[in-house]
Amino acid sequence: MSKLANNEREVVISATELTKQFGDFIATNAITFEVYKGEIFGFLGANGAGKTTAMKMLCGLSTPTRGSATVAGFDVSTESEKIKRNIGYMSQKFSLYEDLTVTENIRFYAGIYGLSIPAIKEKTAALLQQLNMESQKNVLVKALPLGWKQKLAFSIAIIHDPAVVFLDEPTGGVDPITRREFWEMIYAAANRGTTAFVTTHYMDEAEYCNRISIMVDGKIEALGTPADLKTEFNSETMDDVFLKLARNAKRIGD
Amino acid sequence: MIFAEQLTKSYKTKTEEVKALLSVDLNIPKGEMFGVIGPDGAGKTSLFRILTTLLLADSGTATVNGFDVVKDYAKIRQQIGYMPGRFSLYQDLTVEENLQFFATIFNTTIEENYSLIKDIYEQIAPFKNRRAGQLSGGMKQKLALSCALIHRPEVLFLDEPTTGVDAVSRKEFWQMLQKLKSDGLTILVSTPYMDEAEQCDRIALIQEGKILMNNTPKMVKTSFSDPLFAIRSDKMYQLLHDLRDFNLVNSAHIFGEYIHISSPVINQEVIVEKLKSNGHDQIQLKQIDPSIEDVFIKLLMHSESHEQISE
Repeated sequence: MSKLANNEREVVISATELTKQFGDFIATNAITFEVYKGEIFGFLGANGAGKTTAMKMLCGLSTPTRGSATVAGFDVSTESEKIKRNIGYMSQKFSLYEDLTVTENIRFYAGIYGLSIPAIKEKTAALLQQLNMESQKNVLVKALPLGWKQKLAFSIAIIHDPAVVFLDEPTGGVDPITRREFWEMIYAAANRGTTAFVTTHYMDEAEYCNRISIMVDGKIEALGTPADLKTEFNSETMDDVFLKLARNAKRIGD
Repeated sequence: MIFAEQLTKSYKTKTEEVKALLSVDLNIPKGEMFGVIGPDGAGKTSLFRILTTLLLADSGTATVNGFDVVKDYAKIRQQIGYMPGRFSLYQDLTVEENLQFFATIFNTTIEENYSLIKDIYEQIAPFKNRRAGQLSGGMKQKLALSCALIHRPEVLFLDEPTTGVDAVSRKEFWQMLQKLKSDGLTILVSTPYMDEAEQCDRIALIQEGKILMNNTPKMVKTSFSDPLFAIRSDKMYQLLHDLRDFNLVNSAHIFGEYIHISSPVINQEVIVEKLKSNGHDQIQLKQIDPSIEDVFIKLLMHSESHEQISE
């Protein structure tokens, strides 16, 4: 994106030898990487590679055993509460309250993130207009088509203008047009300076990211732009890159 | 082997009627691998439930191996294997007990049909004493497939078998299906993932209960008649808006690292010049072959129903 074109890259996520160990099992093994402001960063790995554990540490939900990381300038070990206020999170499994209306969901999450009442009013109006959902504002979320839910969930996840938004398989199962509308929203947010940290199983989803890291058995085995990785691994597709790396995995499944 | 004519099904909620299937026709010959491709909520699961005799259609008829899905449901159940979208084995039984259970209810034994599942079951056999609930996604999938095959069915129905499993397991799973197809099984499989469509002999693209296209993957792709190009520059987000705002092309959609553009006529020089003068650098533009996803997008853009949703 345009942010990447200039040389002054502001680091938003920085991990150094970040490690999480459960007994003898090293779930995340000394990973080191940086993610920049306004970047869309794909965080990939097979089941059991250690993605979830790493992401929990970056969200301030799990304390590292060794190593360190900062997110939006805050230390994950000592400033986890500040991190939680400066990130957004969205996954297919956890997003909105089905029994609340569109407006109620917006008000609820905006309140949780500490927005003032006038700010909530302003944000709600802007968001409904952006999503073209003014006529649906009093509809229960469960009555919305899946695509609309996803777009609403994403808008709500960034309602507090977080430095980083974590997205877990954001576009699985939606139709190809909704999927593109969704990626356009992610691109727009990135263009405004929000960093998107995307975890996914699906390599075609990974191709939308500026840079991608691939974890195998707790370690980051590859990191680069989709084009660079394809060249490095002499592959036509990201799927092929991933298979070449993950085939060597020793860990089994989840 | 599978035949459906004008299948229609709707569900009523308090406030509205949701049409799950609208006049669906299918004709799948023996030994074919047929893919039903569409997003969540397109009607895939309703179609599978009707064909596996678990749900009654509002109207229309269907037969499986010559038997009517309503009148002859008991016969059909003996001859088909069904792997539902949600993991439906007994979590508290071990791997081996689950398999034993399914063999018993079909009046057979694991030994009798072991040759069919050997390649698949051997991969999970080291965990045969583990409870099914404790298995990883990929292993659950292999166990579910083994259980669906243990009575040596003639038709296999797989509803989104690869949703939520990683790329390695997905690849292995499709290899297993190809092997089963070569053994003569007829397979009906659904998926929301366009890249898996290539594995099938024929596919139906389905959205909002309607089949938009039904053909071989190759013919589906050939149906995209306009020239298609992939373009990128150093300013991707701006590029998307510039392509649309300057009316340079009929359609522009982001597609991974590139934006796919199409029009009846594409004048490459005009596009590149216009973009350069608007500040784009490192412009790459190349003609490409359409993928199934490109076709699906085009069909959806033309379908009235989606316009209502996106407007």
